[in-house]
Amino acid sequence: MWRDSALVAGKDLRIELRSRVVLHQVAPVAVLVLLLFAFALGPDRATTVRAAAGVFWVAVLFATVLAVQRSFAVEASEGTRDGLRLAGLDPAGVFLGKAAAIAAELVVLEVLLAVGVVWLYGAHVRSVGPLVVAGAAGTVGLAAAGTLYGALAAGLRVRETLLPFLLLPVVAPVVVAGTRAWQAALGTGAGGAWDPWVVLLIVFAAVYLSIGVLLFGQLQESS
Amino acid sequence: MTTAPPRLTEPPSPPQRARSEPAAGVPGRGRRTTWIVRALGTAAVVTTAATVWLGLWVTPPDQTQGDLVRLVYLHPPIAWVALYLAFGTAAVSSLLWLWPRTRSPFWDRVAVASVEVGTVYTVLTLVTGSVWGRPTWGVWWVWDARLTSTALLLVMLLGYMALRRVPADPDTRARRCAVVALVAAADVPIVHFSVNWWRTLHQSASVLNADLSPTIHGAMAWTLLLGFGAVTLLFAWMLAIRYRIEVLSEHVRQGEIDAALSERRAEGEAVDPDRDRGRSS
Repeated sequence: MWRDSALVAGKDLRIELRSRVVLHQVAPVAVLVLLLFAFALGPDRATTVRAAAGVFWVAVLFATVLAVQRSFAVEASEGTRDGLRLAGLDPAGVFLGKAAAIAAELVVLEVLLAVGVVWLYGAHVRSVGPLVVAGAAGTVGLAAAGTLYGALAAGLRVRETLLPFLLLPVVAPVVVAGTRAWQAALGTGAGGAWDPWVVLLIVFAAVYLSIGVLLFGQLQESS
Repeated sequence: MTTAPPRLTEPPSPPQRARSEPAAGVPGRGRRTTWIVRALGTAAVVTTAATVWLGLWVTPPDQTQGDLVRLVYLHPPIAWVALYLAFGTAAVSSLLWLWPRTRSPFWDRVAVASVEVGTVYTVLTLVTGSVWGRPTWGVWWVWDARLTSTALLLVMLLGYMALRRVPADPDTRARRCAVVALVAAADVPIVHFSVNWWRTLHQSASVLNADLSPTIHGAMAWTLLLGFGAVTLLFAWMLAIRYRIEVLSEHVRQGEIDAALSERRAEGEAVDPDRDRGRSS
């Protein structure tokens, strides 16, 4: 399972390194979300500082949808899914590999967005620890849920519209918990970051990783 | 599914006959099932009428809320069906479908029926709650934990139905939908906790405390209990009817496919080279 997942993740990341679609198209869109929210919220410094954490996670969410769509679009044309299945790869390994590749892409985007939030929104980082842990746990959860729904929507003609519809309500807890944890870490919210928010993010990631490992085979069969 | 065999060169005639033909062998419901569903319907109607009568005329108005309190006989029962019964039925039947030993179309039909009926109840929960909230809290909507998670649940149910409408063969569709239902079921507790902490860490007590005061009048308690029974019976009845609709629509679909297939087959047999030449000239 682990070897298969490393192979699949390597394949996806190699495609990304050669095509640079996520870096050259998804990342600018994510940064654009920061700009648009600044336009919507007004140029007032106090407002942008308070909104920084929430805008960051909403931008990450949109980037996740795009990254997931990209991750399954590259497999559509050449029949890669059938190829992976015929190659006898473990479905759980395929799931973990694709999720890992998406998570790696998201981490790059998040670093970019975090810099943007500090630079454009004037947020101050109070404590780095919860910031990084919440970011990592949230990323794993988003990548796991995104891979699951990406595989579900992959073969469908309506996938572009169906994927956000199915995925966004399910990952709403990541936005809530990630925002609260980051607000605590940026010093703009009440309460602590670790309990319950980082714990919730870790639970979310664990739940979706295990659902994916258990059910991904069923989804691969179905298309 | 209805692709013509490749040897056909002429366009097939429109399948008019297939529609007008009497549907032979409509899957009948057993006599006992019919009676059970009828009894369920009668019980649902009677208990609902009794709840309406007790709720509107017999029970006294509340000291603080006045006549508004009469929504208590309607709103909590509907919410219980929407959030627990319908959603729970959908999750359990999806799980039973995915489990290889219990896999049968029955569970898929139960799942889709409970999701659809549950969607109606979820909308009703939000509407009745909103109607109740406007005069008591002064606003149509508050970002309360329960309201927010109910709204998210509604979006997930709508997503399930959108996925359901995507054309696919029945097995694939059932598999996809079962996975979505299970994922949503796993998500709902997480949503609930996250939104709960999201609110309670910021605001003090929940505004919904007025729902069920611990001291409740005797007649009111009985009416509320009856309301729970009535709405639950209504749900079961609607579920049975929706299940029946699913069976019938599957039958119609299968009948159309069969008719189209046999038509093509008949055409293929009828087309011999001489006739084909005669027709084309």
